[in-house]
Amino acid sequence: MTDATASGMAAPAHPKSSLLQQTPLMKRRNSAEARFKAYGIAAIAVSLATLGIMLWTILSDGVSAFYQAKLSFPTQLTAEVLDPKGNRNRDEMGKITTLGYNKVLAAALKAELDSKGIAIEGQSEKEVADMISKDAAGDLRAMVLANPALIGTTIDATVLATGRIDGYLKGRVTMETAQRDSNVTPEQLQLADKLREAGILKSVFNWDFITSPDASDQRPEAAGLGVAIIGSAYMMLLVLITCVPVGVACSIYLEEFAPKNFWTDAIEVNISNLAAVPSIVFGILGLAIFINFAGMPNSSSIVGALVLSLMTLPTIIIATRASIKAVPPSIRDAALAIGASKMQTVFHHVLPLAMPGILTGTILGLASALGETAPLLLIGMVAFVDNYPSAPVEGFLDPATALPVQVYGWAQRADPAFIERSSGAIIILLIFLVVMNVLAILLRRRFERRW
Amino acid sequence: MSVLLLLVVLAVLATAAFMLCRQRVMASVQGNPRTLHSLPVYYGWHGALMVLVPALTGLVLWLIIQPFVLESRIEAVLPPEMTADSSAMSLVMSDVRRVASGLDVAVAAGVMTEKEAGMIRTEFTNMRDKLARVGVALGSDVSKEVLAAAQDYRVLTAWGAAGRTILVVLLAVAGLIYSVMVTHRDFRARNRVEQAVLGLLIAASSIAILTTVGIVYSMLSETINFFTQYPFQDFFFSLTWSPNFQGDSELGIWPLIWGTMYISLISMIVSVPIGLFAAIYLAEYASKKVRAWVKPLIEVIAGIPTVVFGLFALVTVGPMLRDYFAQPLGWGNSGSSVMTAGLVIGIMNIPFISSLSDDIINAVPQSMRDGSLGLGANKSETIRQVLLPAALPGIVGACLMAASRAIGETMIVVMGAGAAAKLSLNPFEAMTTMTVKIVGQLTGDTDFNSPETLVAFALGMTLFVITLALNIVALLVVRKYREQYD
Repeated sequence: MTDATASGMAAPAHPKSSLLQQTPLMKRRNSAEARFKAYGIAAIAVSLATLGIMLWTILSDGVSAFYQAKLSFPTQLTAEVLDPKGNRNRDEMGKITTLGYNKVLAAALKAELDSKGIAIEGQSEKEVADMISKDAAGDLRAMVLANPALIGTTIDATVLATGRIDGYLKGRVTMETAQRDSNVTPEQLQLADKLREAGILKSVFNWDFITSPDASDQRPEAAGLGVAIIGSAYMMLLVLITCVPVGVACSIYLEEFAPKNFWTDAIEVNISNLAAVPSIVFGILGLAIFINFAGMPNSSSIVGALVLSLMTLPTIIIATRASIKAVPPSIRDAALAIGASKMQTVFHHVLPLAMPGILTGTILGLASALGETAPLLLIGMVAFVDNYPSAPVEGFLDPATALPVQVYGWAQRADPAFIERSSGAIIILLIFLVVMNVLAILLRRRFERRW
Repeated sequence: MSVLLLLVVLAVLATAAFMLCRQRVMASVQGNPRTLHSLPVYYGWHGALMVLVPALTGLVLWLIIQPFVLESRIEAVLPPEMTADSSAMSLVMSDVRRVASGLDVAVAAGVMTEKEAGMIRTEFTNMRDKLARVGVALGSDVSKEVLAAAQDYRVLTAWGAAGRTILVVLLAVAGLIYSVMVTHRDFRARNRVEQAVLGLLIAASSIAILTTVGIVYSMLSETINFFTQYPFQDFFFSLTWSPNFQGDSELGIWPLIWGTMYISLISMIVSVPIGLFAAIYLAEYASKKVRAWVKPLIEVIAGIPTVVFGLFALVTVGPMLRDYFAQPLGWGNSGSSVMTAGLVIGIMNIPFISSLSDDIINAVPQSMRDGSLGLGANKSETIRQVLLPAALPGIVGACLMAASRAIGETMIVVMGAGAAAKLSLNPFEAMTTMTVKIVGQLTGDTDFNSPETLVAFALGMTLFVITLALNIVALLVVRKYREQYD
């Protein structure tokens, strides 16, 4: 050591180094360390912040879809208009179109305004009547045709207000935008204020958003998710019954029986590749094979379900194989040792023990299938469907749509009121996804076994 | 007999076979199962399988073959000038089917009897009016040949249904008789049943291969069809994309490839640093508690459907970028832009990169960290100079997979990138991608004989090849450069 041999000499020339006093190099290194750590924190902050902003914008846009402006006023169902012959014959009453019912509603609203002493300033009666949704007359007509005894009586009708009035109550439409808008006038909005004070116009919880079918471009106020929810439910059911048996059978074969040869190698490579194929390619497959080649009906839930099953299959197979692999070999050895056949070992012991993992994987696979949109666009599920599909089994062939597709369909429409509907649909979709994921987590917690 | 009813009959026969076989084998040993070769239930299953397997196979084969046979028989009936080329043929066939189903409806509604439906002639009745009355709308008047063909079609279909029922029931009954005959105490029922189950397992695992074959076949055949109508070199070497449904459109793929690549590049610039740093922080710095909260939260992003990101791009990100960046800087005034789509796809890919990288970093053995720290390196130096080089192949693989996801992403670009195909460097301009054009060309009413529609299959094929190649390269990188510890 140089220091020891030169003990009598002066202290060495190089700068003093101490743990308490940092050298410039140490300072640089320490600040680099701090910067590096800060990058990590920033990355996490950015990703969580974008997640938060995204969910927040969607929730704040979408919650209002669950409330809807409705007008309620006593309506006299005048027999002269609705049943001119007076014999309550449904076939003859069916000849009265919604135009007749529009008149009835307009007159009733006018009468209610008069009785409450609300003056209509500077507006024609037509403008007042236009505050009622175009959908209302159809609803009233259906109600009357279902129960002709109502004619001649006065009922308390609660009907939808138009989308613009609804937007005004929710703050989307203001006096300024109304001036530039051909669909609504500022006077109508002022009248809406008065109606609200009089208790005629109210914002109420909107069950119709969840249950009723889609509506045309001109009436966002009537558009609902009913068909989409049924379509999605049908597809999930079909995916479940096609995908799970096939996926589990495939995994059992590959994990427990498959010899190492070209064929099983090919299957394995295929499965991992299929998991990485873009979803739109499955849509092309569905269009070419199921619709054009096999001649299945366009935009039906069965075609959608088949496409989604093919997409979900790799996910389920990967999850199932992992959970079969996790069952320790000692279980198999024990079963074989007491005389069970290979098949009995698998079906009586390995499979039940792997079941929680399979279930979790299945639920997660279904959750991702539920949110899938692109392939469904290609098989025609984006079409406008306003009839509910009928009950299973025939209902699987009826045209339907799906929740995420409905989100897309509404987002493409011109009226800004549909953005609110679209976000509302996302809220429903996310609720389903959260429920499924929580279920998967609970199942895993409850049944997971560590060997 | 309808297929559904046929299936019910099969189920009943299978149950009967199960019961009969089990009973018979139990009777053969006077109720003492210990002298049997297999457990009694296996004899039952053997019976049920012998009923179901041949009958169902026959049913499926019949259902597949019947349409082809029908079509060729109908083609023979129709005059040759109506079936000259394949598109005319398919039009005539769909007419024939519509008229035939119209006749069925008419018979069911009681407008005409079964006999009338078979005898009716266009010379004497106006078919279109007659069918319209029962709610079957026809596009044009029914020609004599089509009506005759439709009547033949109905007769053949009726024969087909009868033949199908007879075949299936015969097969099922034969299976039942056979299984009851062979059932006795020494019959190796368990082995037979297990063989059948193994066959089912193998069939199920072949579906993965069938899917791939289906994908490749469906795209390849239509792509070849496309290239017979549109020159190969124009598709791959032209710089203009302007489809025109009246014909003479230019379908050069380069503007689409450029849009796809530009958007993917921006998404990678967003997702790789953020995802990687998030993974590093979670793996190396975060306390257990922070990790337990933050990791699932980041993975929530992965569970959100892409259409939600699409709406986010359309409603929030696009207008924000336009109002605060593009318009003040004078770079354009479009809400949908390459930047919008790229940013949002980047966000979508963050959890993908971060969770894969997290796993890879965690897989680097602790001894390497300890060695580096022991030599005096601090934590960030250890990560940069020891952990990352060791984890690099895995991280590169993860990035390539993320790139393939970005290239194949559809909903975000459909809602956020726009539909104008152009070659431009400005990231605030609307551009388009291959996936957008696939959706655009294939939704709505499409005519499967025009190059404007068929081009979607060529685009799909290109997309499939690109993503597959990226995934294979990712796999090879990971395999080739992976460090083997322990």
